[in-house]
Amino acid sequence: MENSVLIKLENLVKEYPIGNTKIKALDDVDLTFVKGEFTGVVGPSGSGKTTMLNIIGSLDSPTTGSASVLGKKVEKLSHKQSAALRNKHLGFIFQTYNLLPVYTVFENVEFPLLLLGISAQERRNMVMRTLEWVHLADRAKSKPNQLSGGQSQRVAIARAIVKKPEIVLADEPTANLDAENSHNILKIMENLNRELGTTFLFSTHDEKVIQYLRRKITLMDGKVFKDEIINHKG
Amino acid sequence: MVIPKLAFRNIWGAGLRTWLNVVALSFSFVAIIFLQGLYNGMNNQMEKATADAQYGGGQYWQSSYDPYDPLTLNEAHGVIPDDLLKLVDDKKAVPILIRQATIYPNGRFQNVLLKGIPPEQVVLSVPSLFLKTDEETIPALIGNRMAKSTGLKEGDYITVRWRDTNGTFDANEVKIVKVMKTNVPEIDNAQLWIPLDKMRIMTEMPNEATMIVLEKDSQFNKSIANWEYKDLDFLMRDLKALFLTKSIGGSIFYLVLLFLAMLAIFDTQILSIFRRKKEMGTLMALGMTRSKLIQLFTLEGAIHAVLAAVVAALYGIPLLTWVATNGYGLPEATDSYGFALGNRIFPSYTAGLVVGTTLLVLIVTTIVSFLPTRKIAKLKPTDALRGKLT
Ligand SMILES: Nc1ncnc2c1ncn2[C@@H]1O[C@H](COP(=O)(O)OP(=O)(O)O)[C@@H](O)[C@H]1O
Ligand SMILES: [Mg+2]
Repeated sequence: MENSVLIKLENLVKEYPIGNTKIKALDDVDLTFVKGEFTGVVGPSGSGKTTMLNIIGSLDSPTTGSASVLGKKVEKLSHKQSAALRNKHLGFIFQTYNLLPVYTVFENVEFPLLLLGISAQERRNMVMRTLEWVHLADRAKSKPNQLSGGQSQRVAIARAIVKKPEIVLADEPTANLDAENSHNILKIMENLNRELGTTFLFSTHDEKVIQYLRRKITLMDGKVFKDEIINHKG
Repeated sequence: MVIPKLAFRNIWGAGLRTWLNVVALSFSFVAIIFLQGLYNGMNNQMEKATADAQYGGGQYWQSSYDPYDPLTLNEAHGVIPDDLLKLVDDKKAVPILIRQATIYPNGRFQNVLLKGIPPEQVVLSVPSLFLKTDEETIPALIGNRMAKSTGLKEGDYITVRWRDTNGTFDANEVKIVKVMKTNVPEIDNAQLWIPLDKMRIMTEMPNEATMIVLEKDSQFNKSIANWEYKDLDFLMRDLKALFLTKSIGGSIFYLVLLFLAMLAIFDTQILSIFRRKKEMGTLMALGMTRSKLIQLFTLEGAIHAVLAAVVAALYGIPLLTWVATNGYGLPEATDSYGFALGNRIFPSYTAGLVVGTTLLVLIVTTIVSFLPTRKIAKLKPTDALRGKLT
């Protein structure tokens, strides 16, 4: 159970056409992720981190090869099916937060639950509990433009985890944050990983993030350059 | 039920941006309805003015009379039959005698219609009372356009040549006693109005007339030998046909208007949707399906249009009602499509116009919300998330 495979990438290739040529953003990637991982994908800019997370998140499809997520082959899903996969099982955290500007904090976090058709009472409970985890229960009625960057990213985390998805994908979640907020965010995610068993997959080139990772995958020019398990002393 | 809820949440949450959109959209409603109403009002006024000045409540034509054939005009006169004479005596009808004649303004030669009308008549809006003089000279009344084209002024004398009942030419001087301001070309262009009794003497046609104009709303329509009854619908037919061709010009005008309104709608709707491309990408990432996304944004567009209709009603109804009662002043020179207009136009809004415009703006807004949304929803989520306007 503890070692059940959630994500399996096989011979994954992603090419983007650029004019008449194409560039390989991912070049024959084979990786497996199991339940409960707290894993970072690192590597220089342009090495393919975002591309990999997007394919796992079924936001994009591979050119060749296969990405199976929770037993479903992403490249074979219809639009409806991939929307359902994202809605039920995946949470996203973006570098730019991507909160819905006209909604309050509460409504932003509530949104995925509305799509899932959860009752009003249950939605309220779930949203408020989640906002407590990210220490923002008192800002439920605020609008995103009234929040700092760190607070915005905490709302985004709450929105990603409120439905308790199996996997959370976070693309450079701390890139726009200062050191204190970055640590804060990482600690929250670490906590959620431990308490809920949610699998976290980041992309990052932030040293502050790397120290929290338990597995570090290094990409170089679209290829897996290194894949290490990190043993923390503490 | 989640889509309507989200649509209202988005609209409400957008606050000022919603209201700016809605107010801009509402201008389209009010502008289209106002201008189209103005145009209708113009037509109605033309019809009414024409009926008042020319057609009354129907006419009896002497059987030879054919307004489209000037050659028959010389035969088109006859003694007024008793039934009609009684109406004339009761001031419920007015006889008009029409002959061809020639005038020589500034040495030029011009064919005109000589029209005899009793000065005291009250059936038509022609200001015939100016023809009631004690002078020996024959007084004549012309319209402002006739005055302009011939250069005649009040007080001018002009020679008129005509044929009497035997076809013999005769000539005399007439004095222009009044230049009347009129909007109706049919009582103005190339016409010289003189007192009926004087004209009967000039032409040796005692008790005769070419047509009898009934008073407005007259119910009289008895058939009378040698005289043909023409009801108002028949008389107005040409004018209505003219309005129809004019309304082709009018519909181009309407299309231009609609185009401008569309620009406003395009600007508010399409741009605001493209600006929300990244938001749509986010919604896709959160698991919203394409069709739900399209439903949501299209519904938002439609709600915008409905709100705009409500806002337009709030200020449009009082505004347009005020203009309809007080009239809309047009510059003197406006003489579009060859019609002279009254100085004040009273717009007339029909239910069809209001309902039609409302539906049209609603549909257009909905479509211009639907199309760009569909375009974005077809993108891969990653492309939508990038958010650049393309
Ligand atoms: N939509 C795209 N079109 C063309 N090239 C792209 C696109 N997205 C990414 N790339 C290219 O693919 C490579 C990998 O990009 P990305 O996955 O964003 O890297 P990283 O996230 O590690 O910075 C880069 O060379 C980038 O320029
Ligand atoms: Mg990246």
